[in-house]
Amino acid sequence: MAGTTLLDIKGVQTYYGNIRALNGVDVTVKQGEIVALIGANGAGKSTLMMTIFGAPRARAGTITFAGTDITQMPTHEIARMRIAQSPEGRRIFPRMTVMENLQMGASLDNLQHYDEDVEKVFTLFPRLKERIAQRGGTLSGGEQQMLSIGRALMARPKLLLLDEPSLGLAPLIVKQIFDAIRELNRTQGLTVFLVEQNAFGALRLANRGYVMVNGNVTMSGTGKELLADPEVRAAYLEGGHH
Amino acid sequence: MAVTVSPERDIVANPIQRAIREALYAGAIVLGLFVLFIGLKTDQNISNELILVQRWGLLAVLMIATMVGRFLYVAYGQPFLAKQKIADVATGLLPASVATRFFRLPYFIAAIAIVAVLVLLAGSLDGLLGPALAGYARFVRALAIIYALAWVIYYFRAFILAHFSGLGITALALYPIVVVLVLALYTGSMVGGFQGSLKWVDNFGIQILIYVMLAWGLNIVVGLAGLLDLGYVAFYAVGAYAYALLGTHFGLSFWILLPAAGAMAAFWGVMLGFPVLRLRGDYLAIVTLAFGEIIRLVIINWREVTNGSAGISGIPKVSFFGLISFNVSDPNYISKVLGIAQSGAYYKIFLYYLILGLCLLTAFVTIRLRRMPVGRAWEALREDEIACRSLGINTTTTKLTAFATGAMFGGFAGSFFAARQGFVSPESFIFLESAIILAIVVLGGMGSLVGIAVAAMVMIGGTEALRELDFLKQVFGPDFTPELYRMLLFGIAMVIVMVWKPRGFVGSREPTAFLKIRRAVSGSFTKEGHG
Repeated sequence: MAGTTLLDIKGVQTYYGNIRALNGVDVTVKQGEIVALIGANGAGKSTLMMTIFGAPRARAGTITFAGTDITQMPTHEIARMRIAQSPEGRRIFPRMTVMENLQMGASLDNLQHYDEDVEKVFTLFPRLKERIAQRGGTLSGGEQQMLSIGRALMARPKLLLLDEPSLGLAPLIVKQIFDAIRELNRTQGLTVFLVEQNAFGALRLANRGYVMVNGNVTMSGTGKELLADPEVRAAYLEGGHH
Repeated sequence: MAVTVSPERDIVANPIQRAIREALYAGAIVLGLFVLFIGLKTDQNISNELILVQRWGLLAVLMIATMVGRFLYVAYGQPFLAKQKIADVATGLLPASVATRFFRLPYFIAAIAIVAVLVLLAGSLDGLLGPALAGYARFVRALAIIYALAWVIYYFRAFILAHFSGLGITALALYPIVVVLVLALYTGSMVGGFQGSLKWVDNFGIQILIYVMLAWGLNIVVGLAGLLDLGYVAFYAVGAYAYALLGTHFGLSFWILLPAAGAMAAFWGVMLGFPVLRLRGDYLAIVTLAFGEIIRLVIINWREVTNGSAGISGIPKVSFFGLISFNVSDPNYISKVLGIAQSGAYYKIFLYYLILGLCLLTAFVTIRLRRMPVGRAWEALREDEIACRSLGINTTTTKLTAFATGAMFGGFAGSFFAARQGFVSPESFIFLESAIILAIVVLGGMGSLVGIAVAAMVMIGGTEALRELDFLKQVFGPDFTPELYRMLLFGIAMVIVMVWKPRGFVGSREPTAFLKIRRAVSGSFTKEGHG
């Protein structure tokens, strides 16, 4: 599975004003991998996710995607490199229908493969097809998450970034969404980088994982290694999610 | 008057007791509120001294009116409404049960009879009743006409709703013809018909359509792109002065200057857009408000070019594509070409169709753009700017195109306004105009073309109708000018619509992407501020 390096994050430092949120983070994501980034609240996971998209911009370090330095690019141009994101809090368009949300996702692709891709999304998430004419804001949390991922997929991404896809969802829905991610990776070879607090689920899904504490990556390894690691178990798994 | 009393006591007391109590409360509140506003008034006497006029009688009248109103509402209105609510929930017919009681066939026939009698007697009304009562009679006639129209609309509502756009456009296209024919029958001559149509076509038709166009233009910025613009009148002014200056100095035709004025306004839209790209919501509103004022102050102070507050007069009239002129002195003046009697009404009717065409152009462009990537991007921008960027949408150009497109239609409307008035001055482009246009957009329902058109018709038509209420002078004395109360009308309409339909007349949004079927989802299903 592990091929060439797709996303390479080197020594990235990000600040909110004078407060440093990331202290030189190194992360690599290879072609065809699922990589999970786990950590507690406020560790800087979402900040890293947003830094990849250029908002906030990294003050030091480089972010390279498929050989191109994207550190200083504006957000919409980074997206045009075919990096898609299901952002924290899903951020679907609440007054627009499910179809319109998907259409917005396809705008990068100039709607060239629209019909085909819509069918793919509906196969992956049949629930969305039932809700097709409904407004985004009236969907349940799980459906909104599905829509957010579906919208990201409409851009035909090379890399999919997922920020806490399990946040606030019932365990059964979380399982459905994780299954869908695994399915996408297996059948289409989609590269996925996800940020999660649900360490158990994320590490089981991922090929590799990183652990983040206070703006630093403190540990990395395969999903299985991290799951077995006593420190990780103590900090994130025991008494936590199952 | 919302006086709240603790609910536990409500249940115990019977309605009459409670009504008396609440009426007393309301009276006390009115006394407290108005004792200084209405009870006392400062004035000047003959020797220019400041004196205090006491108006206890007026204050007492106001208090009693409030107390009676509150008493009736609590004692009879509230129980009735509560009962109605239960009945409506049971039958699932919220407005219909009240409406069927209000719209009955005998009432309709009575209304028609009243109109018929009063129209037949129209000529001798003053002689029969005296001027005072004749004013009332004309008011009653207007009410009867409105009731009859409402009755027809109510019973044909399914048909009207199904064919709204077609019916609306047909009605607007036929409006001047119908007005002229009805008035010609009324006065017995075609000349009379044309002369009489001036007021109806100009004050009601053109005036309303200008605001429809402005509100539709602003709708692109506020309703679709979600950028709160309080200085929209600036672009209206740019368009008006562009036509006024270029038309008077260089004698260029309206048909060349219309696109030029639009382009200039669009340019200023981009100029305003650039510095405010990073702003949203309240901050954007303040900056656009300032921009509107800056344009107005520049117009006032740049006397060499704009002639300051004195304004520009003698703005050339629009011609029918150069073929037919509306200037009496021209060889191709309409009455010479067509061999008909001279009248100013032809020009007004021509202008009416011109602004109707411009309105339809605005609506057509808006509807088309909404289905194109840029229009969808505007709507997505209104919903969530961060999500937009992460989907690869360039928010900078998206915002600028929204500002430019909205401004362009403002510019078109401005040049039309200048051509219609023949005179422009900074007085026409005050902040109040921006506020009125924005109020129309909000009342109509942001993003909804139909709702906005209805709101413009009601609000602008309503304020124009106030001028017709001459009989009120008999009630409130000869100094009473009803049109001064138009802002009060706006305020009342705002409060009523915002209480009952917080999303405006038309709160639902028509989707633009479909798999197979078209279905609109009502705005009431989504949480306020979320959908």
